[in-house]
Amino acid sequence: MSELKTKEAFAQSTETIDGNIATINFGPTHPSTHGIFQNVLKVDGEKIISSEQTVGYIHRAFEKLSERRPYNQITPITDRLNYCSSPINNMGWEMTVEKLIGAEIPKRVQYMRVIIMELARIADHLICNSVIGVDAGALTSFFYPFTEREKIYELYEEICGARLTTNIGRIGGFERDFTPAFHTKLQSFLKTFPKAFEEFDSMLARNRIFMDRTKGAGPISAERALAYSFSGPNLRATGVDYDVRAMHPYSSYEDFDFIIPVGVNGDTYDRFMVRQEEIRQSVRIIEQAYKNLPEGSYKADLPDFYLPEKADVYNNMEALIYHFKIVMGETEIPPGEVYHSVEGGNGELGFYLISDGGRTPYRLQFRRPCFIYYQAYPEMISGMSISDAVLTLSSMNVIAGELDA
Amino acid sequence: MEKLNNEAILNLIQGAFPNDVLFHEEPYGLLTMEVTAAKGHEIIEWLKNHETLSVNYLTNIAAVHYPEEAGREFTVVYQLHSWKNLFRLRIKCYLPKENVSIASLVDIFPGANWMERESYDFFGVEFIGHPDLRRILNEDSMDYFPMRKEYALEDDTREDKDDRYFGRNNQ
Repeated sequence: MSELKTKEAFAQSTETIDGNIATINFGPTHPSTHGIFQNVLKVDGEKIISSEQTVGYIHRAFEKLSERRPYNQITPITDRLNYCSSPINNMGWEMTVEKLIGAEIPKRVQYMRVIIMELARIADHLICNSVIGVDAGALTSFFYPFTEREKIYELYEEICGARLTTNIGRIGGFERDFTPAFHTKLQSFLKTFPKAFEEFDSMLARNRIFMDRTKGAGPISAERALAYSFSGPNLRATGVDYDVRAMHPYSSYEDFDFIIPVGVNGDTYDRFMVRQEEIRQSVRIIEQAYKNLPEGSYKADLPDFYLPEKADVYNNMEALIYHFKIVMGETEIPPGEVYHSVEGGNGELGFYLISDGGRTPYRLQFRRPCFIYYQAYPEMISGMSISDAVLTLSSMNVIAGELDA
Repeated sequence: MEKLNNEAILNLIQGAFPNDVLFHEEPYGLLTMEVTAAKGHEIIEWLKNHETLSVNYLTNIAAVHYPEEAGREFTVVYQLHSWKNLFRLRIKCYLPKENVSIASLVDIFPGANWMERESYDFFGVEFIGHPDLRRILNEDSMDYFPMRKEYALEDDTREDKDDRYFGRNNQ
């Protein structure tokens, strides 16, 4: 309470601290940027007067690359956007292509996707929130959740063999059904995670020092956040309950019962608390999806797009032809224009795809939530101290991969 | 309140701007309109302030290059979203290659700032009235706009690779 007032008063006071305006490079490589981007801060004492960002240090021309790759080869590119929750990106892209070709996806696949996307959201938010702890000086709360995140990565491994850049699933479903080991691991995760998570929560959520540090740090109002096209937890922390999962449900999200948590002040503490509550809601969604996992196939009936079984490729002429057509990128894609968005770890992750009927997209644009909301950063930290700027940056969860594409 | 369908939305817009909606379609249910580039800014501002439509959210801005379409080589695509009525809207403005410029939306949506800088950076679209139109992801000294179609992804003059077996033609 008193701290909130102090921070506000600090930001609003016009008196100079020592009158010498100094320029400080915060980044490009700085332990607190958690990625490579530069902020040039103009400071008076420790108070930030103005700042300017430079982004693009790891720009890898994803949009240009996509114009030369067949559709199934674009999935690995999406891994490298928000690499803390790559399965969401992968599945967002797969769903975009499925929308373009008008594929019918079995209910089981949709539920399987929901389970994995929510696991990814938990992993994403766990990293973000534990890093806020680190930047506030609490290293223990960083190590504890990593045990749990490791379990999520083991679950990814069980499905696709990879951990970070997952390239999970295919256009039309999955490579294989959930394995018995996946079932065992998921059940044990659902049993142990809530307790471990509450332990993590108890380290920070009501921690006096943590609250004093984060309350009032880097606030933004709902109006400004909307004007800047914020989405995801950062927007919800300002009190606006926009969530793509609820507003434009995809992959059967309408079947599940979950709450969209919102904050009040839009400051670092609210962003932290919104993510914490979202993790709990994600667990609820996984439990519902897993309990009601429908019977059926783990893939859609799409011989033109979905690679046939290896055994069939060797024994069946048709399967062999399809295999080659898909691998060579000679599948026929209808021309069209489609926008599909999913609720990524950071907000509305959109794919705007224009197909001219060729083997590659004519144009593919990623709506990257990070890129859009990071531009509000100077406004949010103006008048704050440098330590608050660090906390604001980590609580916004700016992921360099997504920012720079 | 009754849910607005695409037809009703289109009628409202056409009523206010009778000569500016040049073309409209609904690919995958998303109302897409081509409007005169000179009126793009005005229409979007009108949409935002309209009481019933209330298009309050700018989802993204994308530029597209169609080198074959003479006189309208560049497209700026605005994707907008009305949360009150839960509909998305896509507005396209076509620009000729001799004058790739359009009014900036930064005064309506501050978030358009970086989206427009990105379109400038990759396609060279000039946004008139933009407060700080510089490159954003590419290096400042770059002297071309890399997402334009004339720049092939790989160097066509390379002779050390035979790409034909991968379905790519290097003629």
